[in-house]
Amino acid sequence: MMLYLQLFLSFFQIGLFSIGGGYVAMPLLQHQTVDLHGWLTQAQFIDLITIAEMVPGSMSINSATFIGIKIAGIPGAIVAIVGNILPSFIIMLILAKLYEHFSEQRIIRNVLTSVRPIVVAAILTAALILLEFAVGTFKQPNIFAIIVFLLAYTLLSSKRIPMGPVSVLGVGALVGVAKLGIVYLLEAGIVVI
Amino acid sequence: MKTEIKKGKPEVNVKFFLRLFWETFTLSMSGFGGGFVIVSLMRKKMVAKLGWIDQDEMMDFVIIAQSAPGSASVNVAMMVGYHLARTPGALVATLGTVLPPMIIVSIISVIYTILQGNVWVDAAFLGMRPVVAAIVLQVSWKFFKPFLKVKAIPAILLFIISFVLLYILKVSMIALILVMLALSTTANLLDMRRRKKRMEEDI
Repeated sequence: MMLYLQLFLSFFQIGLFSIGGGYVAMPLLQHQTVDLHGWLTQAQFIDLITIAEMVPGSMSINSATFIGIKIAGIPGAIVAIVGNILPSFIIMLILAKLYEHFSEQRIIRNVLTSVRPIVVAAILTAALILLEFAVGTFKQPNIFAIIVFLLAYTLLSSKRIPMGPVSVLGVGALVGVAKLGIVYLLEAGIVVI
Repeated sequence: MKTEIKKGKPEVNVKFFLRLFWETFTLSMSGFGGGFVIVSLMRKKMVAKLGWIDQDEMMDFVIIAQSAPGSASVNVAMMVGYHLARTPGALVATLGTVLPPMIIVSIISVIYTILQGNVWVDAAFLGMRPVVAAIVLQVSWKFFKPFLKVKAIPAILLFIISFVLLYILKVSMIALILVMLALSTTANLLDMRRRKKRMEEDI
C-alpha cells in the first residue's frame, strides 16, 4: 500500500511540475526515480528513456507505465499513470472552463509560460547528466561512445538527411551490435588485425 | 444509403463516446515520436476530417495545452474532449490517448526484463545510449532557439541563472519553479490591477 502511495505521489509531482511538455518530465523523473527512491539505476534510467523514445506516446506516460510495472506490476502502472495525468487534468479543466474568460485565462497562461526558461535549463541539465553517463568523464572518456554521440548529433541536426530519432536510435543499436561482433571475431582469432 | 459526414459539433450520446474513444485511441497509436506529432495529427483529424472543432478553436487548444503541465498530446485530447462533451468527454478522450502507450510499453517492459542480460541486447542498448543523450541535447537546443530568435533577454538570463543553479549548485527544479510561479503571479496580478485603474481613469 505504501508503495502505491509513493508511486502515486512521485508521479503526481512529475505531472504537476512538467510544465511545457513531456520532455520536461525527464529531469523530474531522474530525480524521483534514480536519486530519491532508487527505483532505477542510472543505466536503467537511460534505457527507459531509450524505450520511451522508440514507442508512440509521450515521455511521461511511457515512463509511468514502465516504472509502475517494474515496481508494482500492472496496478502500479495504472496508479503511476493516474497520478501523472491527474494534475494536468485538473488544470486543463480549469483552463477549459475559463476559455471564455479571456483575461483570467491569459494570466494563468502568462504565469505558466514564465517558467519556460527554467524548464529548458532543466532539460539541458538532464541531457548533460545522460551525456556524462553515456560517454564518460574528461578523465575517463569512452572514445567509442563519443564517436557515436557526434555521429548521432550530426544525423539529427542535418537538414539533408531526414532522419527521425527512432532511425538514429536504430543506427546506434546497429553500431553497438557490430562493435560486439567485431570484438568476438577478434577474440576468436577469426579476424586478425 | 448515402452517408454524409456531418460537420460541426456532434450530438453527445453513447455512440459519440465510443467514437471519441476510438478516434483518440487510433490517433495515439499512430503518434510515433511523442507529443507534438500527435498534436498535428489530431489537428488534421478533428478539424479537417471530422469537423468537430474549427481551426481557430484548435489553435487555442494547442496553445493552452502546451503551456499547461503534462504532455501536450494528452492535454489537447482533454481540451477537445471537454469542448465536445464536458468532463465525461475529457475523461474518454484522455483514456483513449493514454491506453495505447500504456499497452505498448507494458509489452515492451516484459520483453526488456526477459532480454536484459543478453549480451547482444545489452550491446544494442549501449550503442543507443550516446544517441539518447544526443536526442535530448538537441531537444533542449530546439526549446532554447525561440528565445534567441526573438532576442528575449530576460528569458535568456533566467535560463543561464537556472542552468547554474540546477547543474552546478544542484538546486531542486521544483523549488525553482515554485519561486518563479509565485513571482510571476504577483507581477501579473499587479499588472492587471494597474491596467484596470488606468481604464477607470480613462472613463
